[in-house]
Order: sequence, then structure tokens, then C-alpha cells
Amino acid sequence: MKVTEKDVTYVADLANLELSADERTGMVRDLNSILDYIERLDELDTSNVKPMAQVSDRYGLDESKQGSERFAYASREDVPEGLRKSLSRESALANAPDTDGTFFRVPKVIER
Amino acid sequence: MDLTQLTIDSARSAIQERKTTALALAEAHYARIQTEDGQIGAYLTLCKERALEQADRIDRTAAEGKPLPPLAGVPVGIKDVMSTRGVRSTAGSKILGNYIPPYDCTAVARMEAAGAVVLGKTNCDEFAMGSSNENSAFQPVRNPRDLSRVPGGSSGGSAAAVAADMAIVALGSDTGGSIRQPASFCGVVGLMPTYGRVSRYGLIAFASSLDHIGPLAKTVKDAAIVLRTIAGRDPMDSTSADLPVPDYVADLEKPVRGLKLGVAEEYFGEGLDDEVRHAVESAIDQMKSLGCVVVPVSLPHTPYAIPTYYLIATAEASSNLARYDGVRYGDRAPGAKTLSEMYRRSRDEGFGAEVKRRIMLGTYALSAGYYDAYYLKAQKVRTLLARDFEEAFQKVDAIITPTSPTAAFRLGEKSNDPLAMYLADIYTVTADLAGISGISIPCGETKEKLPIGLQILGKHFDEVTILRLAHAYEKASQIGS
Repeated sequence: MKVTEKDVTYVADLANLELSADERTGMVRDLNSILDYIERLDELDTSNVKPMAQVSDRYGLDESKQGSERFAYASREDVPEGLRKSLSRESALANAPDTDGTFFRVPKVIER
Repeated sequence: MDLTQLTIDSARSAIQERKTTALALAEAHYARIQTEDGQIGAYLTLCKERALEQADRIDRTAAEGKPLPPLAGVPVGIKDVMSTRGVRSTAGSKILGNYIPPYDCTAVARMEAAGAVVLGKTNCDEFAMGSSNENSAFQPVRNPRDLSRVPGGSSGGSAAAVAADMAIVALGSDTGGSIRQPASFCGVVGLMPTYGRVSRYGLIAFASSLDHIGPLAKTVKDAAIVLRTIAGRDPMDSTSADLPVPDYVADLEKPVRGLKLGVAEEYFGEGLDDEVRHAVESAIDQMKSLGCVVVPVSLPHTPYAIPTYYLIATAEASSNLARYDGVRYGDRAPGAKTLSEMYRRSRDEGFGAEVKRRIMLGTYALSAGYYDAYYLKAQKVRTLLARDFEEAFQKVDAIITPTSPTAAFRLGEKSNDPLAMYLADIYTVTADLAGISGISIPCGETKEKLPIGLQILGKHFDEVTILRLAHAYEKASQIGS
């Protein structure tokens, strides 16, 4: 078994999830079953293969250039207003669960 | 004239010639939704006011005798992962159950600018994660052909809405097969354009290196018209390609004689249902009789596609879904004493089981000590999968496969076995990983009258060819039946 209940608790913590006791048990079972299946990737020797992070790695990019220049096709003019006007404060706050009308409000972060 | 049986062109001409109105067309579809959707569950939210205002604009243009735009008056459904200004957009998740976007998704805005009438938002698996639509936080969708069966997923609502004549076309999204597989299950056309062909601005993100927007339609031509409308560079999405948009409709009628079609044995192996195999083989014979040349090709890394996909998609999802923290939008669990408790409880209560499972798998694959073994390994295998297609496409113009190994399965049949559900995407995920284009079109039925889908995969930015092949097959199979 690759993943234990302790691992699940640790990963849930990283992911900002709590998970109930039942959910944790189910997660141990499901993750192990999926990871067993995923293990077949080890059959492949990939020591000389470059990773592909996104599709544009394989077309459109200028191989002769270095760094971000390679992705020049994706850049645009830097304009002060941006591509569209920013949302008004009112509409930016409209979906928030709790605000004071100016800021998002959250439970106290700093104890003093 | 049955207003729910029209295509894009016949709807627009009927309005232009004053044989009907956009308003009547919208009302006819709402009436159909009223009678049918109670048992199907394809729509989550209707936006009648917005639809009728747009219909009125079209009708006034028609009354003035002015030419109508290409999608004038066409009633459409929009998958609920696409943001619609002022109209609730849930992504099928409880955590966004009350979310009302302040802006429109580019694809939706382009549809409306071309005259389309947005009827409402279609149901889907939560955050587009699923292959059966059973992961919707609100209700499952049922297959219009057989209500005991799933419509496929994750764009199950969009596929069912088109199949049940509750929209002429719909927009869906495809990350691992989520347009093509439900199109196949519901007996409609589903097109996944090349990665970068259609802007994803305003699409609620699942896995950013894999997400695509595309149409579900009743005919290949309608899918081509929608692609022509939504494709093209959008400065708001830096991954949208700065390439000219060809007229996808103009070349549909070009003969397919002499085109080379690849058939890969890896797509006809164990797990493929006999009836599906038979239907797809008959379709291949049909293409031969139209003059296509069938060439065997090899896609040797195909068996590694599902594990690769479920590492990359979940890793990206775990990062994309970190934004749901109960602060700026989305539901917040009440009563938490600390910020950390508030995050956890909001996410625990807001996300469903499959979303949590994928966040967990993705977080695990990215975590210290496992990154190289899982995430980096998957990215390397992704290169091999992309190379398989590059090599095959040096020999052929397109590749023909089944869309899904089986026809629509029953509700509940796979919902307790995540791995079995993942394998429903076995013929679709590789195209997402490689970033190529693909279309699913109906190619017959099983003995139980369930639709079977034929998939045609094309080169990067070569939707013209797969649309042309699909259109030729569609015409030939209609004459034959």
C-alpha cells in the first residue's frame, strides 16, 4: 500500500481540506487503487525525454530564442488600463460572503 | 414548421424571411424544456430575460429587412463552467451555488455577438470532473435516449439539451473527453478544437493545459459554424493562438477522395464493446467507399494515456481549485473561529467527493518527494504521447477511432469505482494531452437503440479536414439509412 491514513491527513492539510473520518478511509482506498494503476508509467524509460508542461511547447514557439523570448507569440503590449477596465469595487465585492463595503472580511488572522 | 427541429442556417433563414421570429424560436425551446427537462435535468439555470431581449434585437433587425448575423435567433445552451454576466454560473458545484459572474466568457460573448440566443446554463459534472454527469452537485442528467442511462460527461447537460431538442447547439468544454464522450452517448456531434483555437477567458478552470471549449450540435455543419464564430485570438487569453481562422464551412463539401485515414490497433483492443467495434469498422468501410485510403498507424504509448492524464489533470486541478477559499466568491462555511478553519470547512462543505479525490491525488503528485515520480514522470510520458501523434500524422491526414469503448452505461453503474469511470475516457484523453483536434459523430446504434460515436482526430489547427471528413460521413450514412 502506497498511501496510508497518515499520508492522507498530511495531503489533506496541504490542500486545505479537513475530510471526515469516513472520507479519509475512502480516500486511502481510492488513492491506492488509482496509484496502483498509475504505476504502469514506470514501465517506460523516460530518462532522455523532455517534460511537456503545455501544448504550446510543441508548436508556435521560437526554438532559436532563449527564456521568455521563446514564448513571444503570447506577449502583448503593456497598456496602463490593461485590456479592459478593472471591475468596480462594488462588483468585485458583490459575490463575497462577507465584506465591510470596502474590504473582504475574514476571521481574525493576527492575535494580539 | 417544427421550430425545435431547425439547424443554424434554417433557423436564420426562417427569421430573415419572416416565416418565424427569434422570439417564437426561443419560446418553442422554452416550451420544450418545460415539458421534457423535468425528467432529463439538462439545464441548471434558465435566463429567459436575457434570451428574450436578444431575440427581440434579432427580430427588430429582421423587421427592418437588414441582413442577419450567422447565428441569428439560434437558441443555445451554455455549459455551466462558462461565466455569464449576471447569470448564475455554478460549474456544477455547491461551492459556486450562488455565484453570479461580473463578466462574460469570450466564447459566450462571441456567440451572442453573432446573434445566438442563450437559453440557459447546462448541467455538468462538478468542475467538469466526471464522465457520467453524476458528479453534478445539483442533479444527475439522464440520457434522452434512455432515461435509465447516463448522458456521459462532463458536458452531459449540453449533449442532452441538443439531443432532446432543447437547444439547436450548445457549448461544452473538453479536458479529457468531456465534449466528445457525451456527444457519443447522446447521439449528437461534438467537436474539440485544437488547444489554443478557442479562447478560454471566462471558463472556470479545471486543468489549464488541457481545457478546451467547443460545440455540441445536431449536424457537422452547425459545429463548423459555431467554431467559426468562437475561434481566434483573444488578448484576454494568452494561450489563444494568433493564427487566422479559416472558413470552416466553405470546405465542408470538398470531396474526401484520396485523404489518408489512420487506423490504430491500440484503439480496438481489449475492453472495446463488440457492437461499438462493428459500428466503427462499418464506418471505416463507408469512408473507404468514399475514396479515403485507410492506412494502419501505431500509437504505441496509448496504454499510458489514462495514468498520465489523471496525474496532470489532477495536479493542475489541485492548483486551480485553491482559489475556492470562501473569501472573494463562493460559499463560506459559517462559524469558523480562525482563517484556516474557515478555508477548510468551506472547502469540505462546498466540494463533492470526486473533486476532493482529484484535489487529493493532484496535491499528492505535486508534494515534496513525489513530484519527480508522479508529476514530472507524467509530463515526460505526455511528450511521448504527443510524439506518437506527430509521427502518425506524417503518414495520414486524420485518425479514425471509436469515441468511447461502450455506449451509454446505467446511472450508478460506475459511480462507486473511480478507476472504472476514468477508463470511460480511454479513447479521448490522449487528444487532450497532445493538444490536437477531435470530433465525435454518430455512427449507428446498439441493439438497445443506444447511439454509438465515431471519433476523427486531426492535426493541430486542422479542424478543416476533420470537419470535412465528418460531414462526408454524415451525408453518406444518412443516404445509406
